[in-house]
Amino acid sequence: MKRHVVATIDGEHAEFLCDDGQTLLDVLRDVLHRTGTKEGCGTGDCGACSVIVDGRLVCSCLMLAAEVEGREVETAISISNGDTLHPLQRRFLEDAALQCGVCTPGFLVAAKALLDRNLDPSESEVRFWLAGNLCRCTGYDKIVRSVLETAAELRGGTG
Amino acid sequence: MQYWSPGSIEEAVGLLSETGATTRALAGGTDLLAQIRIGGQAPERVIDLKRIPELGRIDVDAQGFRIGAAVCSAEIGEHEELRAAWPGVVEAAELIGSTQIQGRASLGGNLCNASPAADSVPALIAAGATCTLAGPDGRREVRVEDVVLGPGQTSLALGEIVVDFRLPRPQYRTGDAYLRLIPRSEMDIAVVGAGVCLSLDRDGHCTACRVALGAVAPRPILVAGAGEALVGHAVEGDALAALSAAASAATDPIDDMRGTRDYRIRVAGVMARRAAVIAAERAASRV
Ligand SMILES: Cc1cc2nc3c(=O)[nH]c(=O)nc-3n(C[C@H](O)[C@H](O)[C@H](O)COP(=O)(O)OP(=O)(O)OC[C@H]3O[C@@H](n4cnc5c(N)ncnc54)[C@H](O)[C@@H]3O)c2cc1C
Ligand code: FES
Ligand code: FES
Repeated sequence: MKRHVVATIDGEHAEFLCDDGQTLLDVLRDVLHRTGTKEGCGTGDCGACSVIVDGRLVCSCLMLAAEVEGREVETAISISNGDTLHPLQRRFLEDAALQCGVCTPGFLVAAKALLDRNLDPSESEVRFWLAGNLCRCTGYDKIVRSVLETAAELRGGTG
Repeated sequence: MQYWSPGSIEEAVGLLSETGATTRALAGGTDLLAQIRIGGQAPERVIDLKRIPELGRIDVDAQGFRIGAAVCSAEIGEHEELRAAWPGVVEAAELIGSTQIQGRASLGGNLCNASPAADSVPALIAAGATCTLAGPDGRREVRVEDVVLGPGQTSLALGEIVVDFRLPRPQYRTGDAYLRLIPRSEMDIAVVGAGVCLSLDRDGHCTACRVALGAVAPRPILVAGAGEALVGHAVEGDALAALSAAASAATDPIDDMRGTRDYRIRVAGVMARRAAVIAAERAASRV
């Protein structure tokens, strides 16, 4: 029998049916068709599936969909305001902080979670915070720079 | 696989005590769900412990700290009072995985997964932490070092769960520290982990010391001889060398891609010594 789950996803009331064994990642992609969240490894190592649940950054591949009953889930989709990009997204594009893009939604969710807590992180803080997000294309430098520049921009500096 | 999320300890213990179906407790799932994914073998039922209020809170009172077994590491790291009292335990919890893993990984899961390399376990053992177990026969209090028996094996009875970890308020001039060596700076499994908790008298002589090691034996170990080597002495010179030698001598590590047996034996002594120095600095800074 399918389980009926009610949660808030990207600010909207959401109801879905799932199997008890299905991960949140599988439900986001295959049931709700919110494919902004990506799967890299499925075992917690790459961070492509990062989402925020009740304010905490987690891997949606290591969480059962049934666990989000009554909880609030934020995915990469809610980072932009409709068609208006979040400064992080704009910087990623301007700085070429992505190539294939598979890791990008995870990096954006994780970076936003950092900036929501700390608008003035050091480079080392950014690197440690993002250590659970793997990128096979960019070599990380442009990603880290984009995050630092966005932080500066949001603090009101010139970036 | 069936998912259950009981709201009370009694209900969870009841579900976990039923035989006839393979049943596993679920906390953060960072071990369990990853193992299911890799091994392909799911239990028939998982019992989520995170909706049980007692397991999801950190409480502080005159006696000390009660850390719910399902509290995630990120929350432990945010608890300023706990960090001030037990910096070694908190730094060990904060070493577990990435930011994403921190948002889920619990001390109960780290202990009950029973990996020899679990980071929080040596720190908890050194600090003298106990844990409360609840099972079909009621509750009991055990020392953390008595829980893990070997890789993947614990002393918990059928249906038993870890409810919480208890730490006293630290004694006069007591400090703890945890150090881990990994091949890179984040996201790897310990080659060696060393937890030390020690107390100093007014003159800086050690009055008590506990040393615990991870990743160098089939289970995390308390090395009584290493702690005793320091008692009565200042935290320096020959006494530290004796602590280091006793730590190395107590190990029985494996060879793997992260380090050879000989390397681990030597590094265990080095990490124990360095952790002792940090613990002593912390103890000395307390009045
Ligand atoms: C990418 C990644 C990196 C990691 N890095 C580290 C690391 O650096 N250091 C480290 O030590 N570990 C690491 N781990 C392992 C894991 O995150 C930790 O062991 C974590 O503390 C497990 O906690 P959990 O709450 O997720 O446990 P779960 O996966 O929910 O449970 C683990 C086991 O314990 C049992 N269990 C859980 N809670 C209880 C309870 N209260 N009572 C009885 N049984 C219980 C479960 O049945 C299961 O067998 C990593 C894992 C991943 C995926
Ligand atoms: S897909 Fe979840 S961490 Fe890689
Ligand atoms: S852009 Fe391809 S993995 Fe990061």
